[in-house]
Amino acid sequence: MTTAAARITFSDWGWRYAERDAWAVRGVDLTVEPGERVAIVGPSGAGKSTLLRAVAGVLPDEPDPHDDTAAAVQGTVLVDGAEPRAVRGRVGLVMQDPEAHTVMSRVGDDVAFGCENAGVPRDEIWPRVRSALDVVGLDLALDRSTTMLSGGQRQRLALAGVLAMRPGALVLDEPCANLDPSGVVQVHDAVRALLDETGCSLLVVEHRIGTWLDLVDRLVLLEPAGGVVADGAPAEVLAAHGPALTAAGVWVPGSEPARGSARRGTRTPARTGEMHGVERGGPGAFRPFVELVAESGAEHLAGSESGGVLLEARGLGTARGKRQRVGTGIDLDVRTGRVLAVTGPNGIGKSTLGLTLAGLLRPADGALRATPALADGTGDVPAAWTSRQLAARIGTVFQDPEHQFVARTVREELAVGPRALGAEDVDERVDELLAAFGLAHLADANPFTLSGGEQRRLAIGTVIASRPPVVVLDEPTSGQDRATWQAVVDRLGELADTGTAIVAVTHDQDLVRALDADEVVLGAAGARPVLRDPATGVRR
Amino acid sequence: MTAPGTSVGLPGRSVPPGGADGTTRARGVRGVQPVASLLGVLALGVCLVLSLDVVSAAVALVLEVLLLPLLRIPPRTLLLRTSPVLVAVPLTALSIALYGRPSGRSWFDLGFAHVTDGSLELALATALRVLAVGLPAVALFVRVDPTDLADGLAQLLRLPARFVLGALAAIRMTTLLGDDWRQLGMARRARGVADTGRLRRGASMAFALLVLALRRATTLAVAMESRGFGAPGRRTWARTARFAGPEWAMVGVLVGIGVVSIAVAVGAGTWRV
Repeated sequence: MTTAAARITFSDWGWRYAERDAWAVRGVDLTVEPGERVAIVGPSGAGKSTLLRAVAGVLPDEPDPHDDTAAAVQGTVLVDGAEPRAVRGRVGLVMQDPEAHTVMSRVGDDVAFGCENAGVPRDEIWPRVRSALDVVGLDLALDRSTTMLSGGQRQRLALAGVLAMRPGALVLDEPCANLDPSGVVQVHDAVRALLDETGCSLLVVEHRIGTWLDLVDRLVLLEPAGGVVADGAPAEVLAAHGPALTAAGVWVPGSEPARGSARRGTRTPARTGEMHGVERGGPGAFRPFVELVAESGAEHLAGSESGGVLLEARGLGTARGKRQRVGTGIDLDVRTGRVLAVTGPNGIGKSTLGLTLAGLLRPADGALRATPALADGTGDVPAAWTSRQLAARIGTVFQDPEHQFVARTVREELAVGPRALGAEDVDERVDELLAAFGLAHLADANPFTLSGGEQRRLAIGTVIASRPPVVVLDEPTSGQDRATWQAVVDRLGELADTGTAIVAVTHDQDLVRALDADEVVLGAAGARPVLRDPATGVRR
Repeated sequence: MTAPGTSVGLPGRSVPPGGADGTTRARGVRGVQPVASLLGVLALGVCLVLSLDVVSAAVALVLEVLLLPLLRIPPRTLLLRTSPVLVAVPLTALSIALYGRPSGRSWFDLGFAHVTDGSLELALATALRVLAVGLPAVALFVRVDPTDLADGLAQLLRLPARFVLGALAAIRMTTLLGDDWRQLGMARRARGVADTGRLRRGASMAFALLVLALRRATTLAVAMESRGFGAPGRRTWARTARFAGPEWAMVGVLVGIGVVSIAVAVGAGTWRV
């Protein structure tokens, strides 16, 4: 495709949203030469998304210098020397939430949407659509419905929609934040193909910057209200500013958390040359792995340790709604003081399994039993418990924290659980949690107004407030910067250390490693335990 | 699957020209542009409200039932989709039988309700009429793709693209609302507050749903804008929405049903305005 790459220039640029006192971003001087590929990193609140939206010409509200509450702008941002709004379509934007930016209900129509808006003649649209889908590697019929696509497919669909418009620059705002590992690879490869095809300029923002390092020429570190503080070749910036980048919430490649780093007590991080399993004792650690696999699967994951069983799934089948069967033949145990990580490809039913283990969906098949230790006088079928009985035993943190907020303030939100259970020390628990989760200054704020990271911490806090012996979390760390990630993982580590059984549905291998979790991979035929070399923690 | 070049855009359907998209498209009645069905059903409705007699409505209904197999809708689906109409019909009939203008022989009189020959006839005529308009309205739109309808509304009826595409995107998002609602319900159970206070819980769920919907809508608006939606300049349409033979036939058949029913009623002398 022949469109020339775009030049993007920020000169002392800044933006303040309407009805805000603080500037979202300020004093940015940055030039992206045509064809250059630049990654931008910085802490949450540094205004990275604002920057990208400005380039795409989609910032809300017109600035009005005469109105103090209106949006305000300083300096200039230019695309090829023009106002971005005037050249919309020159810059293609792909954002974080794959669900929210599919416009049309059929694949071909969605890719064609941008071309239609740009007034491309009909005869030219369909060849463009086909070649765009081809470039991003989406081999789907044009009239295929967009509703059942995976996250990775959806993001590639968005890329194809952008590509069909023949952009001069591609702007990516955390495109991989919500994807599983295979989705990340798909999107990375699609972006590379797109860049090869068009030679267009690239601006990308991502917390896990490692994904993009092989594609970018420059790495730019942005600070809140501080503009650009580092700018150069990725290797140089990483070498010179490593600690600053980590502090800013960036996942610097090579600084991944060590195995068990978020756990204390029974399991210590493995050190080189030491037999990790030895001090834990128990027969499993010394037996050959082949034998373990052959024997009985999931049970042996936890077989060697004290953790008492709280929930046991035998031949469990899961279903979403009445008819939509998802998983079958799942055997696993949930044990006190242990972290069970459920991993596996998208769409295999991980979330459904999580909700079933949490007593929120009825098993479609087989059995999910609460042992007497957990049932504590009620029946042994979690799905049949009353809401209060359930909340006292199993807490659930949903993928989207906003689904579970029920109160007007953060303080009330934390009090809901203990109050429903008739606890006497409600205020003490709430104060304790506000402090522990760094939410004290937000005690009177509405939960819906918190940032993503704050919401996630609050959601976990609300569950802990009820002190259930089992906590089930759905993707507790997806899309988070390193700092929020660490806060969440540390909390979970402490919970497990104090004897709570944790089930985490996740595709985050760093989480699995840091919590030294027992991992089961969900597949079409059930849950398969991942066995690790006890000395190194390496998957076998 | 069709070989490239064999399926030249079927009339009325939104098809990429050339048909080289490797897909099969609906043919026959299902390939008719929905705007034609819309106009036809409206015209039929007008024909049927001109008179309030039993004969015209009965004739229309009989003709429709005879034509229904052409749509090839599974009976189960049809029953399910028409169930609101089927529920509404007896209720309407009952209330008219009880409260309709009295005339002719009186069957019984409870003071507030008075059932007479006249009100019974009126009840039957109304019931048949509701069925005669409701049946095609449901049956013809059971399998309509909102995208096709939107194409027709924008390209054939010249409704503003901004409005039509905005509404289309909104329809697509409603399916997500159902999922949200289930999640919200489960979250309340998980938090121990789902045993009592159904009304209050419903209100808090509705509020959360609204917040989620607004947030999604904002993101979608940004996504649409970033792809040039609402930009000045002429918008093109990737899909053709044609009003050709099959569309005229659809309108003709539906208007025909109306005209025949009127003619029979006039001939039988039951026509009254």
